[in-house]
Amino acid sequence: MKPYLSVEKLTQRFPDGTGGELTVFENASFRVEKGEFVVILGHSGCGKSTIMNILAGLADPTSGVVIMDGQEVKGPSLDRGVVFQNYSLLPWLTTLKNVMFGVKARHPEWTKKQVEDHATKFLAMVGLEGDVIHRKPSQLSGGMRQRVSIARAFANHPKLLLLDEPFGALDALTRGTIQDELLNIWGQMEQTVFMITHDIDEAILLADRILLMTNGPKARVAESVEITIPRPRNRTEIVEHPNYYAIRNHLVQFLGKRSKELAGQPTEAGQTNAPETVRIDLTDPADDPEDKRPALKAVNS
Amino acid sequence: MGTLSLNQRAALLSVLMLVVGLLIWEAAIPAQKAAEELTEYERLTGAGSAKAGVPPPSQVFAKAWEQLSNPFYDAGPNDKGIGIQIGYSIYRVLTGYLLAALIAIPFGFLIGMSQVAYKAFNPFIQVLRPISPLAWMPLALFIIGDSEASAIFVIFICSIWPMLINTAFGVAGVREDWVNVARTHELGPIKTAFTVILPAAAPTILTGMRISIGIAWLVIVAAEMLVGGTGIGYYVWNEWNNLDLTSVVFSILMIGVVGMLLDAMFGLLQRRVTYAE
Repeated sequence: MKPYLSVEKLTQRFPDGTGGELTVFENASFRVEKGEFVVILGHSGCGKSTIMNILAGLADPTSGVVIMDGQEVKGPSLDRGVVFQNYSLLPWLTTLKNVMFGVKARHPEWTKKQVEDHATKFLAMVGLEGDVIHRKPSQLSGGMRQRVSIARAFANHPKLLLLDEPFGALDALTRGTIQDELLNIWGQMEQTVFMITHDIDEAILLADRILLMTNGPKARVAESVEITIPRPRNRTEIVEHPNYYAIRNHLVQFLGKRSKELAGQPTEAGQTNAPETVRIDLTDPADDPEDKRPALKAVNS
Repeated sequence: MGTLSLNQRAALLSVLMLVVGLLIWEAAIPAQKAAEELTEYERLTGAGSAKAGVPPPSQVFAKAWEQLSNPFYDAGPNDKGIGIQIGYSIYRVLTGYLLAALIAIPFGFLIGMSQVAYKAFNPFIQVLRPISPLAWMPLALFIIGDSEASAIFVIFICSIWPMLINTAFGVAGVREDWVNVARTHELGPIKTAFTVILPAAAPTILTGMRISIGIAWLVIVAAEMLVGGTGIGYYVWNEWNNLDLTSVVFSILMIGVVGMLLDAMFGLLQRRVTYAE
């Protein structure tokens, strides 16, 4: 079966200002299945945001293609919703109008009442109800603004939802609440999500799969780590799960050491360049139908 | 006193300054002797005949009362009510101003959208902008051949620059994020212009419009002094020729009041489109 989203050998080079070229990432390839929640982790400068912009259609790669649902991604589209780190709400519109702005763009044929009802429903799903929705973004806290932004994105049912460090500017407590809200709304919508973050715990809580990038320049997607913790997940309970620290340690090791070691390694010709799949599962092997599975195994897909 | 709000205290101080100022003004003007107090000699030499002088405020108030109680009378080309004169001036200002807005805002929009256009037009704007609008008057009179239309042209040319520059600046400075929001929502260029760029740039555009209306009102007085016929500028000059300084002082005050009202109107509009980030 063809993957839902397929990113093939994406390369981005920028002029480095001294006449030469800087290769941010080279031959980055990965796939995302329908309904999957995929998080990409990596150090600053490895080009995560550039990949995000390419997926959104806001930037063009130097080479490589992105194919979504059988079609090549060219330019921005309503099929790919984006939640930006700085919320990107229109400050002259109220909260409700901001969400309606998106809904109207998606469904130009709807009546004003339909648009408003739909927007109100999605604002309620992220916990914004009552008077708050008639306030301007400047009158909302950072956390509330990001909820509006999430509601606007989900209300449009994009085929792919892109989250660019959506919680980066929020304090830890607010971040936790909104992560729960994101999980809640994602659980109801079966939305395919691709998200950037710097936060390992956030990644484990939210993701089905975590893509790990090596350091830039010439970064690539090196590993795809499956999160073998059943859903629904809860921030206080997942830390009790036997797999939690095993996965977390693997991620910390990668980001702390291996991302540097693997950096800048030239990709061999003919290599598929797909990330190495890593599955860590310490739960009782008796539960596993394919018994005798080693606790830690790396599989080249 | 401690119970008064800041605004109340400020208003009280304003009234006090006004009263003191008027009293000083009134006291500074020597009273003219009445006819029966004159000596024989004074009457013979004509020293007692009414002399032109700066009028005291009491006379200006009397004049204002007289003029404002019947502002729209029309007794021939050199004797029209203050309302009619101001009406002419406002008509000229608004006509020239609206024509300028009609060109400056769409054009400024296009320049703001394209960096190349911005840079290409900038030298022309920088040269044309500092030209005193009245310097255009001879050329306008020659080419247009009509003094009324020339006055309107002068208003047009002086109010176009702040609107053009501010619109271009405002449009060029719209945050990339907001444009990206429009792009990811597949809005076309026209829709993006009206639903994202225009509201985002509106405060800057309105600032330009407010500066322009202020300049237009400054320039109309001078333009009408040159062009003559009607208008508040002509009125001031005409009353000077009549040596009626009371009317001159009164019309100066009226120019100030109308200018303030025009500015307040745009201030109100500006507040309506301003947003906090």
